[in-house]
Amino acid sequence: MTPIMFELLLRSLWETVLMTVASGVISLVAGLPLGLALVVTARGGIAENLSINRALGAVINGFRSVPFIILLVALIPLTRLIVGTALGTWAAIVPLAIAATPYYARIAEVSLREVDRGLIDAVRAMGGNRWTIIREVLVPEALPGIVAGFTVTLVTLIGASAMAGAIGAGGLGDLAIRYGYQRFETNVMIAVVAVLIVLVCGIQWLGDQLVAGLDHK
Amino acid sequence: MNSFVSTTAIEGQQQAVAAEEVVRLTDVKRRFGVTAALDGISLTVKRGEILGIIGRSGAGKSTLIRCLNGLERADSGEIFIEGRDITGLAEQELQPLRRRIGMIFQHFNLLSAKTVEENVALPLKIEGVSKNERLKRAHELLDLVGLADKAKAYPASLSGGQKQRVGIARALAARPALLLSDEATSALDPETTRSILALLKDINSKLGLTILLITHEMEVVRGIADRVAVIDAGRIVEEGQVWSVFADPQADITRSLLGGIRPQLPDHIARRLSTIAGTEAILSVDLAGPEAQGALFAELSAALPHSFRLVHGGIDHIQNQPVARFFIAIPTRDSGLAGKVEQFLTARSARVEVLGYDTDHV
Repeated sequence: MTPIMFELLLRSLWETVLMTVASGVISLVAGLPLGLALVVTARGGIAENLSINRALGAVINGFRSVPFIILLVALIPLTRLIVGTALGTWAAIVPLAIAATPYYARIAEVSLREVDRGLIDAVRAMGGNRWTIIREVLVPEALPGIVAGFTVTLVTLIGASAMAGAIGAGGLGDLAIRYGYQRFETNVMIAVVAVLIVLVCGIQWLGDQLVAGLDHK
Repeated sequence: MNSFVSTTAIEGQQQAVAAEEVVRLTDVKRRFGVTAALDGISLTVKRGEILGIIGRSGAGKSTLIRCLNGLERADSGEIFIEGRDITGLAEQELQPLRRRIGMIFQHFNLLSAKTVEENVALPLKIEGVSKNERLKRAHELLDLVGLADKAKAYPASLSGGQKQRVGIARALAARPALLLSDEATSALDPETTRSILALLKDINSKLGLTILLITHEMEVVRGIADRVAVIDAGRIVEEGQVWSVFADPQADITRSLLGGIRPQLPDHIARRLSTIAGTEAILSVDLAGPEAQGALFAELSAALPHSFRLVHGGIDHIQNQPVARFFIAIPTRDSGLAGKVEQFLTARSARVEVLGYDTDHV
């Protein structure tokens, strides 16, 4: 591999990491409250409100059913509004975050829903209000699942970011398609796949370590 | 605590009532769909008392205990906690009141993400007590329940009995006036159950804490309760001092719940009992109180020599009261003998019942 290819690979890795981490953090910050909202407004939840619950569910399902490549194009006006351009790495972060947020909301919802109802009863019996229940019970008890789910989301985002090459976002996926696939440079393809494997394994390992440290069950 | 500090005469009167009765329920009803979980429950719990509510699963016990701190709402009736009716209160108004009521659970319900000391301190955190102060109190309580060395441990590393001790410490953190125990020993082995009951009894006498416990195990009631209420299909079918209910259960459900811990006629004898005739009449003899302690059978044997044979039974002591239940066999050769024995025992306030006749025994 030439030094130029190596530099290209490094730049692409940085672009992938940037897209993944930035959209991941946004999906965490937006998705967790959404997941919480789904759980507390559900039947038997601490702030039961079925109409809000259904509306929220419908919006989330709507976003989740649009294929990412379509979402990428459909969101171009919004991206332009937020970032100022529809092209490049930063522009890709908008559709990536918007796709990952409902995805992560569902993952967080599953973890939050599995918190034992008895624990909620115990804190209600102590005189705790809804905020106390969210702060002291729901989030801390579901935290290992919330972190594990975030790991899954990050790995999914690495995959999705490959498609962002379609709007000139760069990244490892883009590199693999343009050099490895279209130019038949097999060694570039192999190098990209190897880097992706290391990246995914690294994120998964980090996530697992974090979960192991948090889980006291 | 200060909700009963009052200036007016009327409130003063309420305070006197409150001091006497921690809990008073009148005609509390609660339905789930077509089934009545609570069908007109009335009861009182006095300060410092331990009331055991016993019933089969599905009898309404859980609904009842959850109504007392507003985790469940009653459809109708009145629920007074320390003289204050809680039935009309909004969730926000219930929250400070719940701090006066501790609760322990069958599955302990400890927060797995918090250490033991953080679990115990949580009610105080909710109350807004400073961190130093609440940890100090948590350590005091862990000392009380014998788990001072586990303060930094996570609940998952504790045994069932230790978890319940933490549950008890946590329930006591905010210095409640009432402790609710929801099947607190049902998930524990018999030995651990005894140690948890001993701890509750100890707390009751040391702190004068009022305890209302629900259970399906008579052993629990027998172990620590002062009074027992038997609940069946959402109604209280029997209520009284534990020893007197054990000595003379009225309702069928009470007898059946007592089945395991009162002497019963051994099966092999019960099976061959005839209702018509045999060589021996089999009688059950029940008595309680001072009479049960006396030399009843010695006197009977002196008055009517060779009149009976002990088959089974014994004397139990409940709340320091002797409660006796015996099965005796009386030969039927002398046709008047059974009658005389019965008369002798009844005169000493025993309850005697002829169960049937046995022929097999030689």
